Amino acid sequence: MTTIPLEHALMLAAILFALGVAGVLMRRNIVFVLMSLEIVLNATGLAFVAAGMRWGEPDGQVMFVFVLTLAAAEVTVALALMLQAVKHYGTLDLDILRRMRN
Amino acid sequence: MTVVFYSTAVIAILATLLVVTGRHAVHALLYLVVSLFAVAVLFYLMGAPFAAALEIIIYAGAIMVLFVFVIMMLNLGRADMEQEERWLAPTTWLGPAVLSAVLLGQWLWVLRQGGGGDITGEIVGARELGIALFSQYLLAVEMAGLLLLAALVGAFHLGRKRREDDE
Amino acid sequence: MELLLWLIPLLPLAGFLVLAVAGARLPKAGVAVVGAGSVGLAALTAALLAALFYNAGSDPVIARLGPWFRAGDLSADFTLYLDQLAVIMTLVITGVGFLIHAFSTEFMADEADYRRYFAYLNLFVAAMLMLVLADNLVLLFLGWEGVGLCSYLLIGYWHRDPANGYAARKAFVVTRIGDVALLLGLFLLFVELGEFSIQPLLAGAPLYFESGAARMELIAFLILGGAVGKSAQLPLQVWLPDAMAGPSPVSALIHAATMVTAGVYLIARLHPLFELAPVAQMMVALVGLATLLVAAWAALSQRDIKRILAYSTISQIGYMFLALGVGAWGAAIFHLVTHAFFKALLFLGAGRVIEHMHHEHDIFRMGGLRRVMPFTFGVFLAGAASLAAVPWLTAGFYSKDQILLAAAGAPELGTLLFAGGVIGALMTAFYSFRLVFTVFFGEPVTQEREHAGWRIQAPLALLGVLSIAGGLIPLPLEQVFPDHHASHALGLVLLAAGVALAGIALAWWTHGRRRPTGETANWPLWRRGLDRWQASGLGFDAVYGVLVETPFNTTARALRGEIVDRAVALVIAVNQGLNALTARLQNGRIRHYALGVVLGVLALLIPVVWL
Repeated sequence: MTTIPLEHALMLAAILFALGVAGVLMRRNIVFVLMSLEIVLNATGLAFVAAGMRWGEPDGQVMFVFVLTLAAAEVTVALALMLQAVKHYGTLDLDILRRMRN
Repeated sequence: MTVVFYSTAVIAILATLLVVTGRHAVHALLYLVVSLFAVAVLFYLMGAPFAAALEIIIYAGAIMVLFVFVIMMLNLGRADMEQEERWLAPTTWLGPAVLSAVLLGQWLWVLRQGGGGDITGEIVGARELGIALFSQYLLAVEMAGLLLLAALVGAFHLGRKRREDDE
Repeated sequence: MELLLWLIPLLPLAGFLVLAVAGARLPKAGVAVVGAGSVGLAALTAALLAALFYNAGSDPVIARLGPWFRAGDLSADFTLYLDQLAVIMTLVITGVGFLIHAFSTEFMADEADYRRYFAYLNLFVAAMLMLVLADNLVLLFLGWEGVGLCSYLLIGYWHRDPANGYAARKAFVVTRIGDVALLLGLFLLFVELGEFSIQPLLAGAPLYFESGAARMELIAFLILGGAVGKSAQLPLQVWLPDAMAGPSPVSALIHAATMVTAGVYLIARLHPLFELAPVAQMMVALVGLATLLVAAWAALSQRDIKRILAYSTISQIGYMFLALGVGAWGAAIFHLVTHAFFKALLFLGAGRVIEHMHHEHDIFRMGGLRRVMPFTFGVFLAGAASLAAVPWLTAGFYSKDQILLAAAGAPELGTLLFAGGVIGALMTAFYSFRLVFTVFFGEPVTQEREHAGWRIQAPLALLGVLSIAGGLIPLPLEQVFPDHHASHALGLVLLAAGVALAGIALAWWTHGRRRPTGETANWPLWRRGLDRWQASGLGFDAVYGVLVETPFNTTARALRGEIVDRAVALVIAVNQGLNALTARLQNGRIRHYALGVVLGVLALLIPVVWL
């Protein structure tokens, strides 16, 4: 049975992470921003699992479970917030939330 | 295993790219599900079947379904896609793309040296995970539970219909 | 027994908490029951405990509740210590305290803020008990500050009048000066002996210090400073006359019977330290002597009934200090106890008089109240007789006699101390009966009869009995204090007795024989000046005004808007500038924030990648 170098798994995680970050930065639509955030979190989870499996220990998966919990909590609140924002401002444009400043 | 790993990784990257650049929210979401499935496969290959199952059930299943519901509630149409087209002008995405590329480059530069060892794919299953979770990580589990409770309360509060909003 | 011991301070504390938290929902009767009942229960507990204590051969009782805090070598626990001295103090505080609470339930019945009054009063009793029962000096200091706080709150009880708030602040600030000295003394004691627990401390001090060691003298002086502040002795006596702004029962409980004697208790409790510091101990006697003379002299010309009593309190505590200074610890405590009885009685009686006269304080606008207030007159007379030390009849005579004889027997300056004490006794008898004759004799200024319920009459009557017969109560203190050999010369006793009678006769000659008007307009200039000087409390307030207030205010005014302020303003300006700068970053564009995060990560990664 062949093996996979840890770096390759981490590189994949880095690529996914960078894509997610790019998505967060360049999209104006809140839905896409949230999806990009999910990608970022998922990439983090991948890095944790990969590192944990490198040593054959469950700790990486434990952290993945926590990342999952975090993602669930974040999505719930974020989507609820988004619905309120859309109801209030009638648009999905993230930059419109600037108005909340005043 | 090697072949499957690298081909799945390519699928994950491509699907994610399509999510980030997509115009249509539902399509993007489906690509995201594909990406998550790919990562689940990778987990399985690395010897973490339980994490793979969680990835599919919770991520792809629960969280993505939540997205689908919300997008359905928003009732996006063709006009939104055109708007999306306008919002994605090169001036908007070029800067962040370059920045992300630099970030990625730095990471890859760090990882390039290697020497981190190999993942053998030996299975660490639900049993070990459960033991670790409920012994040394018990406090963190409690805190995660609190976080979920807070999210529940917060979402309920935000989602409530309020009279004063109607004014 | 230990449980009972803890119950004593905790009962009033519980009363305070109930009144503070749930008092708003209680009816007035409920407030009275909780307020007076908690102290009454504490008094019963104290009586029971005292009976058990004396039965068990007066062995000290130690009750540990738990640790308070620990830091390094310093440890302070919630531990109470009951010995012969603490038993007496506890009985006086809870007993007199309960009588005053019971009196207040009726006396303060028309007050809108009934609940706040009883809450403060309960808290005061709890703090005072903590003070006298504390096993270590830190806990003692907690009680010490607690009674100071309650004193402040109760002086300013009628807080809508700014003058009362001023009096409260004055009391707080002036006693604070003494408290700082006390605190320094306690710290120094800890530095030297590494101990805050009182009993090991007292046992260890003679082994550690030689008699008259400079450090020991310094500690004793600092502790004396604290006692002087709390007990309103020279030169920090100025707050007590103003403290009469509070309700009369408060004056009775706090500013006559209990709190102001805390300084006496402190010195008596730490008496082995003072025995090691002869200079400081002599200073205690001299402070007491000076105070008793100055305050008695000032009391001669006061027109406000409560101020007369306030100056007499200062003067009587001066006697206690005199006794402490000559090593007659037991006599000081004896006088403390009898003074608590008759002074509480006098203040409560004065409160009755003032209320009857529709808040008139000037004794020269009163007169003939003997006819319309026979009951008050009777008990007031008992109190005044005890204060004037009418020979062989009153408690005050026996206690004051002990002090005078102890002073006469002092190894140094005995004659001076005795002579001063006798002159003070003459003035005491004079001013107390000047008050009685002016207020109660002569033509009645009002025909209104007094009304008093049993809750007012019973405490007054009981205090009246104690003022007369209180001298017969045995106060066993032989386990706490060393024996003191006082002079027992019959001639000195007769002299003291004669002086008291002479003072009363003099008062009859000037104020009782014919109706005094209090009119000073046709007096010669020197007498009017003297009168004004006396009435102002010998001008201490004016002196402090010149010495402390004026320089302070001038400096403050000179510094306003000057260098210090500019420097402070510069700090503000810099911060505002930085704020304006950073506020721009807060532009509300979430993606810009995310951009900031990414740039930060990039910056952090640079050293990893390139170095």
